[in-house]
Amino acid sequence: MPKITFIEYNGTAHTVEVEEGLSVMEAAVNNGVPGIDADCGGACACATCHVYVDAAWEAKTGEKNESEAAMISFANGVEPNSRLSCQIKVTAELDGLVVRMPAGQH
Amino acid sequence: MNDAPIDLFAEAAEAARTTPIDKIDVSQPSIYQNDTWRPWFARLREDAPIHYCAESRFGAFWSVTRYKDIMAVDTNHKVFSSDSQLGGITIRDAPMSFRRPSFISMDPPLHDDQRRAVSPIVAPTNLVNLEKLIRERSQKILDSLPINEEFNWVEKVSVELTTQMLATLFDFPFEDRHLLTYWSDIATADLLSGKVSSEEERNEILQQCVKYMRALFKQRENGPPRFDLLSMMARDPSTRDMDDKMFLGNCILLIVGGNDTTRNSISGGLLALNQYRDQYDKLRANPALIETMVPEIVRWQTPLAHMRRTAVEDFNLNGAAIKKGDKVVMWYISGNRDEEMIENADDFIIDRARPRQHLSFGFGIHRCVGNRLAEMQLKILWEEILARFPEINVTGPVKRVFSNFVHGIEEIPVIIPRRH
Repeated sequence: MPKITFIEYNGTAHTVEVEEGLSVMEAAVNNGVPGIDADCGGACACATCHVYVDAAWEAKTGEKNESEAAMISFANGVEPNSRLSCQIKVTAELDGLVVRMPAGQH
Repeated sequence: MNDAPIDLFAEAAEAARTTPIDKIDVSQPSIYQNDTWRPWFARLREDAPIHYCAESRFGAFWSVTRYKDIMAVDTNHKVFSSDSQLGGITIRDAPMSFRRPSFISMDPPLHDDQRRAVSPIVAPTNLVNLEKLIRERSQKILDSLPINEEFNWVEKVSVELTTQMLATLFDFPFEDRHLLTYWSDIATADLLSGKVSSEEERNEILQQCVKYMRALFKQRENGPPRFDLLSMMARDPSTRDMDDKMFLGNCILLIVGGNDTTRNSISGGLLALNQYRDQYDKLRANPALIETMVPEIVRWQTPLAHMRRTAVEDFNLNGAAIKKGDKVVMWYISGNRDEEMIENADDFIIDRARPRQHLSFGFGIHRCVGNRLAEMQLKILWEEILARFPEINVTGPVKRVFSNFVHGIEEIPVIIPRRH
């Protein structure tokens, strides 16, 4: 199963194994990784699963669609590599993916 | 601990079961004031989840009552507009001359810019700054409460803490802070509530708010940068040149958003713990549960019962043929009790697995900007309550607000028997 590493704002890293087909958000929530709130449960409707995708992985995680871009624009501390992790699907290609968390989800 | 007598509940349950579906009208403020709204929405969720009410004091409207359907409307801002000129975000249509744009009653792109102008006030870094202040104020308020003597929890705690917070966010003269609560209540009052009797009267009172806030806004246009809502609006290109209507609209939005909602969650939480004593025991045994209790309070109370949209094109919503121009009301208070999404949804359970999956903050681009500040205020308050008082007991019937929008509580008589 692909491995994904989440790095909390304070630097703590969590590496988890995830089934393909789930979202990166679900990978965090199902494994108790702190720092991903995911209030809306994956509907791209709240921007509380905000992550920064490591540069090496930006191409492989794909592009934001219109609704993700709209929601994420209201998050705090938005950077060009900001994504909503509920909108990134885990595939074999993403084995080794590293994402970082913002200071808080709001 | 319910405030309505048993026979009133039984009557409502019977009426909700037997009233012809097309005659059901959940816009009646009385069902929220006497706390008999549950069976009406249970019926709608079951028999007509997207329900058309042809006649009401507020005209014809659709009621969307299930969680997933509400989510579908809330996240489709292109079809379901919030524009104040179409009627805005509440079931009540103000007369055209009193329709005031604000960023919640506006569609993109102006909405986006204005929301971004003020949202840094509730950014994670600023919440850290506010935490100490909120804790000190909570401590001071709680330490001043009488022991073994009945008082109104709403007045002494809920209103006081949230009004102080609001004064800080606006950097509003502290001694005049009761004006914020007053304007908030006037802005949302039902015309039959006795607080205000006509739209003209409401507008006249709110002009005092414009005058007062404008003076502060003017002072803050220049000089060294300050970090408060008025200064942020005074200096952002999207908000600095607002006319009086839009200025008032945005002031009222921020006042109501930061005031009624948290106030009524503070009140509702105490009521819930008294109604579900086993949960109060569980909380006392394990104060760490405050973390999951806070979002549960916000769900259970649902301090804003609804948000309204207006369809800007014909749309098939899960089988309901909504026409362009139709008024569509998302009843968050009902979606938050939808058993399909939330197990034992009518019960207050402080250790739910996914407590933040509720509709009270809305979803989509208009989702509550201050949600994390609201949660923080509740969290700190409950930490300080548990540190001080073994119990706070509700001692009599509560008095609720006559409104289908603000799901609020005006009076909760309580006694605190002793300190720790």
